[in-house]
Amino acid sequence: MTHNIISISGLSKTYPKGFEALRNIHLDIRQGELFALLGPNGAGKTTLINLICGIVRPTVGSVSVGGFDIITRYKQARAMIGLVPQELTTDAFETVWATVCYTRGLFGKRPDPAYLEKLLRDLSLWEKKDSQIVTLSGGMKRRVLIAKALSHQPHVLFLDEPTAGVDVALRRDMWQLVRDLRNAGVTIILTTHYIEEAEEMADRIGVIRKGELILVEDKVELMRKLGMKRLSLQLAEPMTAIPPSLAGYGLELSPDGNVLTYTYDSQSERGMIAALLDTLNRLGIAFHDLNTSQRSLEDIFVSLVHEDAAP
Amino acid sequence: MNPIAFLTIYRYQMARTWRTLFQSVFSPVISTSLYFVVFGSAIGSRITEVDGIHYGAFIVPGLVMMSLLTQSVSNASFAIYFPRFTGTIYELLSAPLSYMEIVLSYTAAAVSKSILLATIILLTASIFVPLHIAHPVWMVLFMLLTATTFSLLGFIIGIWADNFEKLQLVPLLIVTPLTFLGGTFYSVQMLPPFWQTVSLFNPVVYLISGFRWSFYDIADVPLSISLLVTGAFLAICLAILAWIFKTGYRLKQ
Repeated sequence: MTHNIISISGLSKTYPKGFEALRNIHLDIRQGELFALLGPNGAGKTTLINLICGIVRPTVGSVSVGGFDIITRYKQARAMIGLVPQELTTDAFETVWATVCYTRGLFGKRPDPAYLEKLLRDLSLWEKKDSQIVTLSGGMKRRVLIAKALSHQPHVLFLDEPTAGVDVALRRDMWQLVRDLRNAGVTIILTTHYIEEAEEMADRIGVIRKGELILVEDKVELMRKLGMKRLSLQLAEPMTAIPPSLAGYGLELSPDGNVLTYTYDSQSERGMIAALLDTLNRLGIAFHDLNTSQRSLEDIFVSLVHEDAAP
Repeated sequence: MNPIAFLTIYRYQMARTWRTLFQSVFSPVISTSLYFVVFGSAIGSRITEVDGIHYGAFIVPGLVMMSLLTQSVSNASFAIYFPRFTGTIYELLSAPLSYMEIVLSYTAAAVSKSILLATIILLTASIFVPLHIAHPVWMVLFMLLTATTFSLLGFIIGIWADNFEKLQLVPLLIVTPLTFLGGTFYSVQMLPPFWQTVSLFNPVVYLISGFRWSFYDIADVPLSISLLVTGAFLAICLAILAWIFKTGYRLKQ
């Protein structure tokens, strides 16, 4: 049975100038899962991560990592965490090897050259181990940050937009790396702008908007919603009301009476379209055009984050 | 205490010294040698003795102390400001380290660097003038106390500064003038009475006086007062740091 490795309860953060970055967040992250946190710029994703990692102080609420409170038992909590920040912040004049050893040491771990060599090889950084970070490409620097975050063998890894500004090939490599880490038992919390990234990898998805966590759901469940399709029929003659014999289909009529829309689950409602069209034909309802559309996760995300917050 | 993390930060900071050897070690040695040439030889040829000490030898404790102060402040302030400037401070803040461990490791590195430099300057001075150290244990104690206090001050400046200009502001506008006016090149007793009184408000006077006493057994102010003022300054720095860490000032929001 999986248990929660991170528990967040009633967490809020208001910055000194009054900006409320997080509002009453409740969230449990299960051990070993890959949780994707989606949200537009300024939604509070990075604040949430920084708060769990000890970089920002909470205003209200509590967070525990591996059962350790991040305030009262911060050393034990932080020892479990690896953080890959959004910005490419590195000691430019250090070598890759020195910076990775440094991070491992900061976490109180004894040197382990064999582990670090394997880590750098896995990240295709071994050949660059003696290079100054300033000489590396952006993608390589991103890998260095990942190597640093993994240098002390954390149980939880935070990836704050790891593929921002990364080319497609490298992004695919990163995804594979993240999958491997997850398979190795590391719990991963990923923030991203790329819906595709969440679709590709996440076990669960959370959506944050204006500091509020407005949705947390299994990806499979979201994919089921993704499977909802819409069939729109352009009627030959405007309709004033939906006939009672069509009530079972849950149809929607546009205000002008010209478009009839049927929303259905493409996975489980096969054959219903034929039945609907047959019924329309029997009722003598003609249409001159039809089209189908699928609601993507992106549509769901966009509708969620752009919806005005409830008063 | 996390000894591995402490040593990691300490070694990392010391490695920067070796990497920037010219800037860290050679340039202060060159500038101090120039002081000896200008004050020791050129001006010193007209001032033969101060309090019975050859002028060239008289200024040695002041010059060593001046380097110790400025280097302690600049080493510590830069060491903590740079990760704030580059953003790598996130590593320190998210590591399982207490603030005390962070301050201790950074201060230990800054103290080591400045004492190393002071020792080199002392050795350089011995080439120019005959040196006599009357109380070597006190000399080491004063060096340690001063380097620690001013490294803590540097650490505070490095946290307070939010740009490179501010980082230089306190060392240039406060520390250096106080050092020059603190009796580096003269005895406070040589000043008119009014300026002697003004000098007593300069904490550097007490540092240099105590340090010079450890060399030549002569002092502008009693040793106990020197120690008391240095100790008080250390306590003030520690209190400010405690406040910084309690509030997260410029470190954590």
